[in-house]
Amino acid sequence: MLERTLAEQRQDLRAGEYSCVELTQSYLARIEAHQALNAFITVSDIALEQARAADEQIAAGQDKPLLGIPIAHKDIFCQESVRTTAGSRMLDNFISPYDATVVARLNAAGAISLGKTNMDEFAMGSSNESSYYGPVRNPWNTDCVPGGSSGGSAAAVAAGLCSAATGTDTGGSIRQPAAFCGITGIKPTYGRVSRWGMIAYASSLDQAGPMARTAEDCAILLSEMAAHDPRDSTSATRAAEDYTAGLGKPVSGLKIGICTEHMQGLDDAVRKIVDDSLAELTAQDCEIREISLPNAHLAIPAYYIIAPAECSANLSRYDGVRFGYRCENPADLDDLYQRSRSEGFGDEVKSRIMVGAFALSAGYYDAYYRKAQQIRRLIKNDYIAAFDDVDLILGPTTPGTAFRLGEVSQDKTAMYLQDIYTISANLAGLPAISVPAGFVDGMPIGIQLTGGYFEEAQLLNVAHQFQQVTSWHQRRPGDAA
Amino acid sequence: MSSQWEVVIGLEIHAQLSTRSKIFSGASTSFGAAPNSQACAIDLGLPGVLPVVNEAVFPKAIAFGLAVGAEIGRRSAFDRKNYFYPDLPKGYQITQMDEPIVLGGSVDITLKDGTTKTIRITRAHLEEDAGKSVHEDFHGSTGIDLNRAGTPLLEIVSEPDMASAEEAVAYARTIHQLITYLSVSDGDLSQGNMRCDANVSIRRPGDSELGTRTEIKNVNSFRFLEQAINYEIERQIDVIENGGSIIQETRLYDPDSDETQSMRSKETAMDYRYFPEPDLLPVVIDEAYINAVRDAMPELPAQKKARYIEQLALPEADAVILTGDLDLATYFETCLANSGDAVQSANWVKGELLANLKRADLTAAESPLSPEQLGTIIARIKDGTISGKIAKAVFTALWEGETDSVDTYIRDEGLEQVSDTSELEPIIDQIIAANPKQAEQFRSGKTKLLGFFVGQVMKQTGGKANPKQVNDLVVAKLS
Repeated sequence: MLERTLAEQRQDLRAGEYSCVELTQSYLARIEAHQALNAFITVSDIALEQARAADEQIAAGQDKPLLGIPIAHKDIFCQESVRTTAGSRMLDNFISPYDATVVARLNAAGAISLGKTNMDEFAMGSSNESSYYGPVRNPWNTDCVPGGSSGGSAAAVAAGLCSAATGTDTGGSIRQPAAFCGITGIKPTYGRVSRWGMIAYASSLDQAGPMARTAEDCAILLSEMAAHDPRDSTSATRAAEDYTAGLGKPVSGLKIGICTEHMQGLDDAVRKIVDDSLAELTAQDCEIREISLPNAHLAIPAYYIIAPAECSANLSRYDGVRFGYRCENPADLDDLYQRSRSEGFGDEVKSRIMVGAFALSAGYYDAYYRKAQQIRRLIKNDYIAAFDDVDLILGPTTPGTAFRLGEVSQDKTAMYLQDIYTISANLAGLPAISVPAGFVDGMPIGIQLTGGYFEEAQLLNVAHQFQQVTSWHQRRPGDAA
Repeated sequence: MSSQWEVVIGLEIHAQLSTRSKIFSGASTSFGAAPNSQACAIDLGLPGVLPVVNEAVFPKAIAFGLAVGAEIGRRSAFDRKNYFYPDLPKGYQITQMDEPIVLGGSVDITLKDGTTKTIRITRAHLEEDAGKSVHEDFHGSTGIDLNRAGTPLLEIVSEPDMASAEEAVAYARTIHQLITYLSVSDGDLSQGNMRCDANVSIRRPGDSELGTRTEIKNVNSFRFLEQAINYEIERQIDVIENGGSIIQETRLYDPDSDETQSMRSKETAMDYRYFPEPDLLPVVIDEAYINAVRDAMPELPAQKKARYIEQLALPEADAVILTGDLDLATYFETCLANSGDAVQSANWVKGELLANLKRADLTAAESPLSPEQLGTIIARIKDGTISGKIAKAVFTALWEGETDSVDTYIRDEGLEQVSDTSELEPIIDQIIAANPKQAEQFRSGKTKLLGFFVGQVMKQTGGKANPKQVNDLVVAKLS
């Protein structure tokens, strides 16, 4: 039953092929057996109870879109009465008193939460190595990273530890680990999914989305996650959609853009995967056009000003005063602040807070923060111009496959370049999906489709149609772990 | 103060807006609740929470802007002001830096000698209040009460247009009058509804550069504001005249010692690292919205004063007193509606009522005697039911709660004026008979004795006789 997709499990549960308790028990057993992956920070102790209740509801003929489906939440989503750490020592003792909107909506849709997945500390990282709870291992090769920051969610889905998982994406944190782990993950348009209860890293870039095995599963989950939320002022007011409704629509005639700048200097193996993917789509009568995003090379520097600047303020609330980590025996107020924050945060987080505080400081604001915001506008305008000519843009999700633990973590710039193809979508606020598209040396790799604002339905359908003619997404890692 | 020095003062006034809930959360803003009982997840700055702006703050800020003739920011955006303090839960305050809601404007102040002066307003912006640090009862530690955190504030920043403590206080009073008239704020200084920061500097007359300023923080009474500024002026003169120089710093006024004390100097001043608040979208305010606020605005103090003088024919001095405080003006207008006599109502309100309020340390809104009751008392004087003297007794009885109905009290106590000739004549005859000498003197031309006879009659009737009627009767009988 664990090899079935979420869509199939929904049918199986209704048809009585197996019970929700059986399904949940199987996942819990598998989580237990795969502890070495370190995909979870917290495993739920009430999942079976919820599963029993779901079975009763199914037996009583009740129907909800995700009734009885066991999922996992990235540990960045607050869940009532559950420890919510954001992968940080700072929140090691934080039991959330409330549910994030994403958690509440998925609960209301009947989903069962198996637990909270590991992540880079406060979502800052591309390898899941910055977690206070230790690195997550890639199920395809446990010497490799799963990507980050939603590495725990990606590994859990890939290893079959849950039916699907939630993730968040600030610069590629859903798409890059999805690509590294051979699963499908979509970052929706900024504002499509509520940020209420999602621990902030960089508020103007953070966006939640689903991570699952297929585009169809992502569509099912996103339909439940996306909605206007009056508690998030940046939440889009447009009506929620059923993203499964348009799945299967022919893609013939769609104009697919290839970004000249992204294809330059591409690794040969990755280029071949992009070309093969394009061939699959041209075979379905899509039209390929070359487009230019002339400011693409500025995306990483702009991102590494804006995101740290916002995080430097967002993380100020972790001061040891009201909740979270507090140093022992503070001598005075300054000592309380300094030691609580020095001891509670890891190096990557401290580094970004300092960069952000510097970029915002008097005398440097115009040269850094204001300039970065101007670049952001240019990047957005490039995309808007490109979408005059094409319906979506296709390219690689990452420059290569998953790297080995410790291989890149010493070189910050190399680590930051992991997000070279994903960051622009966050800066522009556009939706983008990573879809499994092949293997290089036994490790999965993904392609990324970027669409216009609120074009999630189209992205999901193109990805779905791609998955009808390819089988990359059906491959599973061996039980290496 | 030495006339060799020119004083320059600018004020920053923080007015708490009188909204039911906080500026970015649904928690209550009411004063005096148990510590932290009115702080929700947003006010506590828990991980994952987001602010949502309370739209009730906009009409209040805009009404203030319109009242001072300011430009209203059509795009009103919020920024984060970063600093660490235990009563600032998020480690930043949400405020408005680049795009405030109110730009420019001015108010006219009237000084004690009757002269007026225009004080320019730089800007007014919306922001959230911080919580409170509580130092008592924690044995060397500090308690934090976040009930106040997130209370909406309008920070009103003036130009450095004031040249004395008296002008600064007159300006602060004028702003207080405006914000209470407009229901922008409850304006209760004892509850911290309005707090002033004063920027004070001195320079030699004729100098074009301003002197180095100090900022006196968080003064919450007009009297303390005056004392603090005067102390600070003297201190600065003293420092400079003794060869020292003023350090730019923040000072706190201690009313017990009547001194200002250094809080932090510029060297340790914060870089607040302002940047646009990414959790809130800029608010676009259009002409129609502004017009709707304008249409709903109540009469302003200056308009009310002019109306009292022109339409109610009150002396300017009376109009100034009555409009000085919205509660008092409202009291007067209700009283007038019941009495039908503006001059009499004004006299009673500014005289008897104010004296009693002052003695009891009450505001007009707290008066135990309602304006309807006072209006009825005045109406009973006018229609001849009671004399002015009896009216004061009725006033006192109602003030002290002996009764709550003017008419019932007059009837039950038998206080109606005696205007019945047949009742008065025998009394007058008796008094004339008992005082033959005075009667004789009156007849021979000593008419001043009329007062003696009237007084005797009033005494005999317990003040209830209609004095005019008694006058006429005495004159008729003695002529």
